[in-house]
Amino acid sequence: MATLSLDSVKKQFAATQVLHGIDLEVADGEMIVVVGASGCGKSTLLRIVAGLETATSGHVRIDGRDVTALEPADRDIAMVFQNYALYPHMSVFENMAYGLKIRGMKPAEIRRRVDEAAQMLEIGALLERKPRQLSGGQRQRVAMGRAVVREPKLFLFDEPLSNLDAKLRVQMRAEIRRLQKRLGVTSLFVTHDQVEAMTLGDRLVVMHQGRAAQVASPMEVWGRPADTYVASFIGSPAMNFLAATMEPGGGAAALKAGLAIGFTDGPRAGEAGMPLTLGIRPEHIQLGQGGLDLAVDLVEPLGSETVIHGTIRGGETLTVRLPIPARGIGAVLPVILPWDAFHIFDGSSGRRIEPA
Amino acid sequence: MRKKVIFKGIALPWLLLLPQLLITGVFFFWPAGQAIYGSFLREDAFGLSRQFVGLENFTEVLADPNYLAAGWTTVVFSTSVAFLALGAALYLAVQADKAIRGANAYKTMLIWPYAVAPAIAAVLWLFMFHPQIGLFGRMLNGLGVPWDYKLNGDQALLLVILASAWKQVSYNFIFFMAGLQSIPKSVLEAAAIDGARPMRRFWTIIFPLLAPTSFFLLVVNIVYAFFDTFGVIHALTGGGPGQATTTLIYKVYVDGVQNLNFGSSAAQSVILMFIVILLTAVQFRFIERKVHY
Repeated sequence: MATLSLDSVKKQFAATQVLHGIDLEVADGEMIVVVGASGCGKSTLLRIVAGLETATSGHVRIDGRDVTALEPADRDIAMVFQNYALYPHMSVFENMAYGLKIRGMKPAEIRRRVDEAAQMLEIGALLERKPRQLSGGQRQRVAMGRAVVREPKLFLFDEPLSNLDAKLRVQMRAEIRRLQKRLGVTSLFVTHDQVEAMTLGDRLVVMHQGRAAQVASPMEVWGRPADTYVASFIGSPAMNFLAATMEPGGGAAALKAGLAIGFTDGPRAGEAGMPLTLGIRPEHIQLGQGGLDLAVDLVEPLGSETVIHGTIRGGETLTVRLPIPARGIGAVLPVILPWDAFHIFDGSSGRRIEPA
Repeated sequence: MRKKVIFKGIALPWLLLLPQLLITGVFFFWPAGQAIYGSFLREDAFGLSRQFVGLENFTEVLADPNYLAAGWTTVVFSTSVAFLALGAALYLAVQADKAIRGANAYKTMLIWPYAVAPAIAAVLWLFMFHPQIGLFGRMLNGLGVPWDYKLNGDQALLLVILASAWKQVSYNFIFFMAGLQSIPKSVLEAAAIDGARPMRRFWTIIFPLLAPTSFFLLVVNIVYAFFDTFGVIHALTGGGPGQATTTLIYKVYVDGVQNLNFGSSAAQSVILMFIVILLTAVQFRFIERKVHY
């Protein structure tokens, strides 16, 4: 049980700046998910917290203690790796007991802790097996068990579910969440999967090109994305972006497609004619006359819903998710863009613009 | 995917195999057959007469104290060479694996000794450790250490062991290097996070995972020490002083070529042949078992 605090952590590999200064405060028992596309620096950040990489500058504190210069062994953390990283020549029991043995724990106590963790993770019957005799899901459990028995201050997860098949991934996701809540261990979970991020995290850190684009709760990130990158990264299918310009007075925007959109939550600061990007999620677009005509070019049936890709007047693409059957969708679909569903972003910087 | 070529008729496949079969026949089977045949014969030193003596050559050789002494020398020599070469190679491989800058330069330099012919390697060591003209030989004597491998049998054995091991380090190094690289980095990181310090990581993770490689190399090194070190011994000590550095393979040469005792020499060759067959069998059995831990 501990807090974690990152203080302008930067990392540079040769000439490449990988992390541009990350600040983060993690409360005791909190589950933070670091999410981003590959190459955004999320794994590097995790490895810096683990002590497997050294930060070029900045500080890492665990429970208030500065651990920036400490070896991984001295940080009292446990990590679950993407490829599980089990010791191939040791049995499941030995794998889980390894860290405890190094700490000089008595065999009886080791036995007790391993048995307890094995029971919790339902791997009690596998303790004498070698990793190669286990399935992917079982290996994942053993890797979790190895982390749990240590009772560390911090759990670090480095995309631990990426190597599992889709069904098992959903199941393990729920289990990790349950386990983390039950043990109350402060956790940092790295993933590129936005669904994992949304479902697992108390808060998300959305990383983009070595910066934390937004740090907020999942619903906040989804409902009020800080910029167009976050908006496009979270949510599936991705948010639509339409070019627009500010109307005089800042109370509305004129879409390039020729429609005026009023800002229902209040006017924005900005000069008339300033370029804007208006975002609207596919599921918020409705069917109906009086809006835009969508020239359909691809229909994806998902069963209860249908995703329709097309273009609107002016050539911009638009994706719509509608609760209607795919059959019977014609070449042109009349859609309505509800005003209150729009997110307003600065057209040049991509930052969200809140009501003035 | 396996490519199978189907030949029409038998002539072409035989023709294609012929060069290799010819080489194997002339340079391996013929001499081996001659050795086995010769081991049952006794010949006078001038090669004028020969007579069939059955297994007498073998019983005589195995009862000969000189032969048994050479056998013991071989055991000491081979074990020392194997462990020295393996230990040094493992240490160097671990260090080279850690090196970030100039790793390739280290690797290249460490592989070089393998390209040096045994006799030349021996001359190199001779120039270093010769008591009168060798750099280290003179230094040792200057420091008051009575160093003369031409008179002291233990020193002579030590020198051929060092020279032979040195030549084999490169070979072992390559295999250990490959072995180290096949250990997933994340496994070592997991151990580091579990609290294991570098030494502990080495002995509990790296060393056990290298065990298959080590065992394979142990067999290869023993075979090397048994059979491929003739050049080094011949150029450095000539089996002496006395018989201090006469190994089994060297004794085959001494008895056959110098003493012209062809029957005994042939019998010794046949015994060595059995040893190498045995070692090869061990190795093959091991390679067949692909899973190691």
